[in-house]
Amino acid sequence: MLIKKAEDIRSSEITPKNLYLNRRKFLAEAAMAGAAAAIGVGLKKTIAPSTTVFAGNKIDGIKKSSFSTTETVTPYKDVTHYNNYYEFGTEKDEPAEQAKNFRTRPWKVKIEGQVEKKQELDIDTILKMAPPEERIYRHRCVEGWSIVVPWVGFSLSELIKRVNPTSKAKYVEFTSLFDLTRMPGQRRQVLDWPYVEGLRMDEAMNPLALLCFGMYGEELPNQDGAPLRIVLPWKYGFKSSKAIVRIRFVEKQPLNSWNISAPMEYGFYANVNPNVDHPRWSQAKERRLGEFLKRPTLMFNGYGDQVAGLYNGMDLKKNY
Amino acid sequence: MNRYFKPIVFLACLVPLGRLAWLGFHKGLGANPIEFITHSTGDWTLTFLLVTLSITPLRRLTRQYWLISFRRMLGLFAFFYGSLHLMTYVWLDKFFDVHEMLHDIAKRRFITAGMTAFTLMIPLALTSTKWSIRKLGKRWQVLHRLIYFSATAGVIHYIWLVKADLKKPLEYAFVLGMLLMYRVIAWAIDRRASPNRVAEPRRQIAVQ
Repeated sequence: MLIKKAEDIRSSEITPKNLYLNRRKFLAEAAMAGAAAAIGVGLKKTIAPSTTVFAGNKIDGIKKSSFSTTETVTPYKDVTHYNNYYEFGTEKDEPAEQAKNFRTRPWKVKIEGQVEKKQELDIDTILKMAPPEERIYRHRCVEGWSIVVPWVGFSLSELIKRVNPTSKAKYVEFTSLFDLTRMPGQRRQVLDWPYVEGLRMDEAMNPLALLCFGMYGEELPNQDGAPLRIVLPWKYGFKSSKAIVRIRFVEKQPLNSWNISAPMEYGFYANVNPNVDHPRWSQAKERRLGEFLKRPTLMFNGYGDQVAGLYNGMDLKKNY
Repeated sequence: MNRYFKPIVFLACLVPLGRLAWLGFHKGLGANPIEFITHSTGDWTLTFLLVTLSITPLRRLTRQYWLISFRRMLGLFAFFYGSLHLMTYVWLDKFFDVHEMLHDIAKRRFITAGMTAFTLMIPLALTSTKWSIRKLGKRWQVLHRLIYFSATAGVIHYIWLVKADLKKPLEYAFVLGMLLMYRVIAWAIDRRASPNRVAEPRRQIAVQ
């Protein structure tokens, strides 16, 4: 195991960090200018640029992917300290702290339901199923913010193909870990634990759907869903289950946690769609973390070429 | 005592703003600074509203009647943080897009509630001067009962905007409930004590 420093890891691949931080500095100052004027505090130069701390273990042999965007990657610090992960607290900064000592080994994933052979796969077996790829995806939260993350993993279809679902398998259900001792947020019933999510089979087989175990060239940090999660860049973030312990192939559309919690607000499909508002806020725009002005939200989060065909003939206003 | 105390309380009321400014200059506002500022100013608006509402019960229960001299300042700070909160929405969140804001106010009930809470504070801030109190006489007290509705709308605004975790807004709701309950009880006791509704200046202020 090699623990490397930030500079060793990705100097050429994802360079614009410095540029990015400078812009953030400017934006933060602009945002604060009004407040500062109100109490007569003069503007002063910002000291100490935020340091990037890489904590995980490097993943070797990562391939590049043509699905990657060339947009500026969100700083590691933001992606690891701004998390919606209610199993570790409902505040955005809580998971970083509460998941600090979360154990991700040993870890098994049950494969159940309509498959030729029900089995329990060890996490390390899963990680070896296919070569790791870096997928730099846009990630849009249903709350109206977005980030760009260099995930590491391989297409979910690689796993699905290997476990041989039967013809009865129409949907896939993902269950996340339920463990009151390891996930302190589950002691409060803010959601119906464990967290469950689901996809239609053709959605799960779409090459964009990523089975993910790393980011920024390293193992996934605990607060971002370690040791195994999925990433579905054309859907709102809550569809992308974290800390998965069971994958079940089913005939009927499975329930999903946020839909159980507020069915009028969160549907099964949850495709990013600027034309269908959340009942309480507009989805037309989003704030990319680090940017001052909001940017327009793209249909299917900009992944329409790959996924629009999945929803031909469907009323996306009804199937939100 | 107030001569020394008031400036201290005044400066203490500015600490939340100072903290935001300090964090802003030291990258302490997290990954989403605008959201941080929005939440912080909203929290402090509600806190100041509740603190303002607790002056009357406090001074009556503890017989520290001098506390009344801080009520106006605290109420105005509620308005001040409310204005900052609104400004973050208008400027940082919607970037002065009037069309979008009107759409929001009409369509999103948590925005409607928030706007109601703020609008109800405006006449209170405008009539907070000694001159207004004198000029309006008894009507001033009636007018300033709007704070009950403003605080209620503010708490509803918070309850309606959270996704799943109602803990914090319900804490505010609980405190507000207690403070309003006190008024109902105090009113009932006062009524029984003086059924002829004999004017009693101190009490009248106290019920407010």
